[in-house]
Parts: sequence; C-alpha cells; structure tokens
Amino acid sequence: MNAPSDHPAIETRGLTKIYGSGNTEVRALRDVTFTLNRGEVVALLGPSGSGKSTLLGIVGLINAPTRGEVMLDGTPVYRDARALVDVRRYRRERIGFVFQKSNLIPFLSARENVQVALEIAGASGRNARRRSMELLETLGLSDRAHHLPRALSGGQQQRVAIARALANRPSLMLADEPTAALDSERGRQVMGLFRDLGHQQGAGVLVVTHDHRALDVFDRVLEMEDGLLRDATVSDLTAGATNVGGSQPGEA
Amino acid sequence: MNLAIRDVRHNLGRFGLTALGIGLLLMIVMGMGGIYQGIVEDATLLVDELDADLWLVQAETRGPFAEVSRLAPTLEDRALAVPGVVSARRFATHTIQREHGGRQMRLVVVGLAWPQDRGEWLPLASGRRLAQARFEFVADESLGLSVGEKLRLGRDVYTVTGVTRHMIGTGGDGLAFFTVRDAQTIQFELSPEAIRFERESRRARAQDLDLGLTQPALLERAGRPVETLPAIGPAMVSAVLVDLGPGADGDAVRATFEGWPDVSTYTSDEQRSLLLEGPVDRARRQIGLFRALLVLISALVMALILYTLTLDKLHDIAMLKLIGARDRVILGLVLQEAFLLGAIGYVIAYVVGMQVYPFFPRRVIITNEMLIWLAGAVAVLCLIGSILGIWKAMRVQPNEVLS
Repeated sequence: MNAPSDHPAIETRGLTKIYGSGNTEVRALRDVTFTLNRGEVVALLGPSGSGKSTLLGIVGLINAPTRGEVMLDGTPVYRDARALVDVRRYRRERIGFVFQKSNLIPFLSARENVQVALEIAGASGRNARRRSMELLETLGLSDRAHHLPRALSGGQQQRVAIARALANRPSLMLADEPTAALDSERGRQVMGLFRDLGHQQGAGVLVVTHDHRALDVFDRVLEMEDGLLRDATVSDLTAGATNVGGSQPGEA
Repeated sequence: MNLAIRDVRHNLGRFGLTALGIGLLLMIVMGMGGIYQGIVEDATLLVDELDADLWLVQAETRGPFAEVSRLAPTLEDRALAVPGVVSARRFATHTIQREHGGRQMRLVVVGLAWPQDRGEWLPLASGRRLAQARFEFVADESLGLSVGEKLRLGRDVYTVTGVTRHMIGTGGDGLAFFTVRDAQTIQFELSPEAIRFERESRRARAQDLDLGLTQPALLERAGRPVETLPAIGPAMVSAVLVDLGPGADGDAVRATFEGWPDVSTYTSDEQRSLLLEGPVDRARRQIGLFRALLVLISALVMALILYTLTLDKLHDIAMLKLIGARDRVILGLVLQEAFLLGAIGYVIAYVVGMQVYPFFPRRVIITNEMLIWLAGAVAVLCLIGSILGIWKAMRVQPNEVLS
C-alpha cells in the first residue's frame, strides 16, 4: 500500500458537475465540499440520480468536474475541468474500484484478472502471480484461480473484482453498490473487507450503497440529494435495519 | 501477460475461422502473383531456352511470338554465309487444336532445326529427345500424353519420345517439339484436293511470271511437293536463330542482317521485351489490376474484422483504462491480434496455396521474392486494418464501465 500520509484521502471544494447546456442542462453536483480521511470508511447514500455515481467518478479521476477542486492525499488533482496530474497513473497506483457488476475481463482467468492490475502498475510477472494468488487465497478463491469469470458464481466474480481492487494496495477504495448482486452473507463479508482495508491498512474507503442493513460498518454516512451532499446520522438511517456488517464503526 | 494471446485463446473458434477466411483471401492474392509470374516465365521460356544470339524474322514484323512471321527456309544458308555466324537454325512455331482421346487438345507445335537441334536442352521428365528426322516429338506433361503414345496429326502419326515439365507457351498451351520438317508438314499440309488446286494455281502463277517463261524447268517442277520448291513454294519457317562465334563482332553481324530487306533482326533480350510488352502485356496488366483490387479488398476485410474484434472488447478496454492501463497496453492488444491474424492467414495462404495451385489451369510460380513481398504487404495490411480499431479503442473512456 502507498505510505499513509497526514493528508486526507479525498478533499473536495466547491465541486460542481453540469451535464448538457441550455434547456438540457443538468446539475449533477452542486458545490460539494467534503473530506474523507485515511483509515475512514464512509457510506454514500441517496436516491437514484442524486449524483452519487457522478461524485464517485470525479474523485476516482474517471470524470472531470465542471468547477471546483479535488485533492487526493493532499495533491491537487483537478482544478475545475483541468487535470493537474496524470490521472491514469493515479488510478493505477492509488485507487481501487469495485462496481455493482464485477467487470472482470472475460478472457482472463480469476488469477489473471488480478494479475493484470498488478502488471499494469509495473509489477513483474512472477511477483504479480504470487500476489494475486495470495489475494485470492485471502478471499477464499484459491481453488477457482484458474477459472474464467463465466465459470464463477456472481459472488465469486465480485470477490475477484475486490481482489483486483486491492491488488496494488490502494490508498483510496471506491465502491459503487458492491453488494447489490450478493446475498446477505456475501454482502457482509465484502463490507467487512472494506472495513478492514480502511481500519487496518489506513486506506480511505467510500462506498455508494443502498443497503441500509450494512450501515453499521461505516464510520460516517453521507447522503446526497439533487446534487447536494450532507452528513447523515447512522442511527437515523439504520433504524429498523438488519445489521449485516457484524461490527460497529471503529471496532476493527 | 500477453492479453492478445489470451483473447485469441478465449475466442479460438471464431478467430480460427476468421484467420482461415483471411488466409484464403491471401491465397488468392498470392496465386494472382504466381499466375502473373507464370505467364511471364511461360512467355519467355522458349526465347530463354533457345538462347540464340540473334533472331531473324520476317521483315517489319516483331517475330513469331507476336504475329505471323514467314521466312524462306533458304535464309538459314544465307545467314550461315555471314562472317561471325557459327550456326543458324530454322525455327517454326504455331498453335493447333486437335481432338485426341475424345478431348480437345491445344498444343504449340515447335519445330527444331534437325539435326543441329535435337532438343538436348529440353528439361525431360521422362523418355528421350528426338532421335530421328520424322514422326517423333517431345510433349509437355500438361498435354496429358505419355511416352510411346501415338498422335495422329493430319495424315501422319507421330510418337511421343519424351515428356517435358513446365514447357508452356504464351497462351498457356503445352509445347510439343518436332523437327522443323514435321512442324511444317503439320502446319501446311493440305487435303489432296487442295494440293491439286495449289499445284494448278502454282503452274498458272509461274506461266504468268517472267521467271516461268524464261525458265521452263520451273514450270515442270511446279507440280512437285512444295518443300522441294523453295523458290516458288510458300515461306515455311517462322524464324532463323543465329549463334555467333567466339570473338565475333555482334554489331557488325547484326548490321549485315539489317541490310537485308526481307528480314528484321532482334537479340534474345529484344525478343523477350517484345513478348512482355506485346502478347503478355494485357494479361499482365489485367492480373496486376485484379491483384491490386484484391489487396484493397483484403485491406477492407481485415479492417472490418479487426474493427469488429475491437468493438467486442470495448468494455474490457474501458475497464483496462479504468485500472490505469497505459495506451501502449491497449495498442498492443489490438495490434498484436492484427499481426497474429495476418501471420496465421499468411501461413494458411501458403500451405493451402501450395496444395491448390498445381490444379490451376495455368502455371502458378511462387518465388521467394513474392513471398517476402506478400509478407510485407500483409504486415502493412494489418497495420492499416488496425487503424480503425485503434482509433475506436483510443476513444473509449473509462467511465463507459459505469454505464
């Protein structure tokens, strides 16, 4: 993992994203300012179309904002729509992504899907193979390492995707509905992994989720509505929900 | 880890079929080049093999391969009298079509100057060369004749004494080598009725000429066989081939021949050029054009296939970009698949072509230069064909994974 720094994993100021123009203009983000510290595991909630994925895309250096500033580990990466760093390199070396769909490359085996992320980041073939097997073992997939994604169940595919995201020991993990396709047992395991990554390895973790059952895993909850971001209280949101994380924030 | 190899392995059946299609297309491109080369070699084969220093042909003509050339057989003796000339050979050629064994057979009759030329230079696959002045011939294997087989041409029967390989005429018909006398007989033999008419005509012509009036003996001989009447008989040879002695002044000998009003003189190289610029030229250009079109079509097909292969992977390419893959990784994926497709197609083209070309009606000659040229052309085609796919792959945004 990248050496922990004193700077927040994410810091945004006045983040605004506008799609289209004129009559078709849509403001997906409105002046969003927030901070995600290293070692912090944060949930991002909100209804569909509220701007969660847009925010995730911007802090994940996939899309540029229209206005505002983004800093990762204290380094300014976006000022308005202008990228100030090699965003692809940042993604390669510092950010892990997990999506609702596993997005595994269909012509690579489970191990190779993890290995490719390591090799892209510059690891030698031998080290990449060793590390990818370690990760798959950790996720209970060592016996499926040589299977193609189509031969894996949905849960197994998602775990391979998580192994790929963890491969380069990212300082920032971004997840978009990572448990949507999983049963509650698997969902709990995945959320536990994110919690461990944040609390034990000091990464900043931002998870977009609709699953209120897992909110007790998170240190903090943010809620988006109509492009505006606000802090939410876990107890309010989890009232009546089942605890699937298995532990309270800060326990791990 | 090589992504291209893994993608190909994953889509082996589809990739294999695509490579087979490309291979067959390249085989046709290769074959067209081979046919072109075959036409050139067939056209110049006789000129090269006969290896004469000078060709004497009918005045104001381009020689027997370009048009009808008729010379008096006595030209052979006249040529021999020129200082510097060590040998002069009569040469006759014409194409005939006969029925043999229930099938139509076209053969190019080539008359060799017996006894100087018995066909020692012929590349025999079986049998022997000519051993007697009459009624024997050496046939090319493409004619489907075998040693000892007899062929009736006119009133005479000729026996195959030897079989050559790859001795083909300009038009793609097999060559058959006779003595000049037999070749003349085959060409000029008339039916008995026509012979009687010709004799009468000859007498009538001789009576009207001063020559006939002043030399009555000529009138008496007008009724004899035509080959005994060089003065008033038809010209019977197509060309006379002249070889110069060591140290002979070629320019001077040629200047002597060019002073004769009844002949035109060419070197073997000039005959070769005339062949390539004359009867072969149109076929050569047509094949060249067809080949160029095939290369263009191959480029389009490859571009389409490579573009489609890339389209199928757009989501994966977006994912690779999302996890930070450099452009060269994406470029390598597309290009390596393109070159792999081209290389496999090339090998298929060569392997299948070598099995199929022998069954083509015309000779297909694949030279090393041609194979190198095609390999280069395939590499360029792969590169050009990839451009569209690369362009598409480079435009893919990582956020397409999110959609």
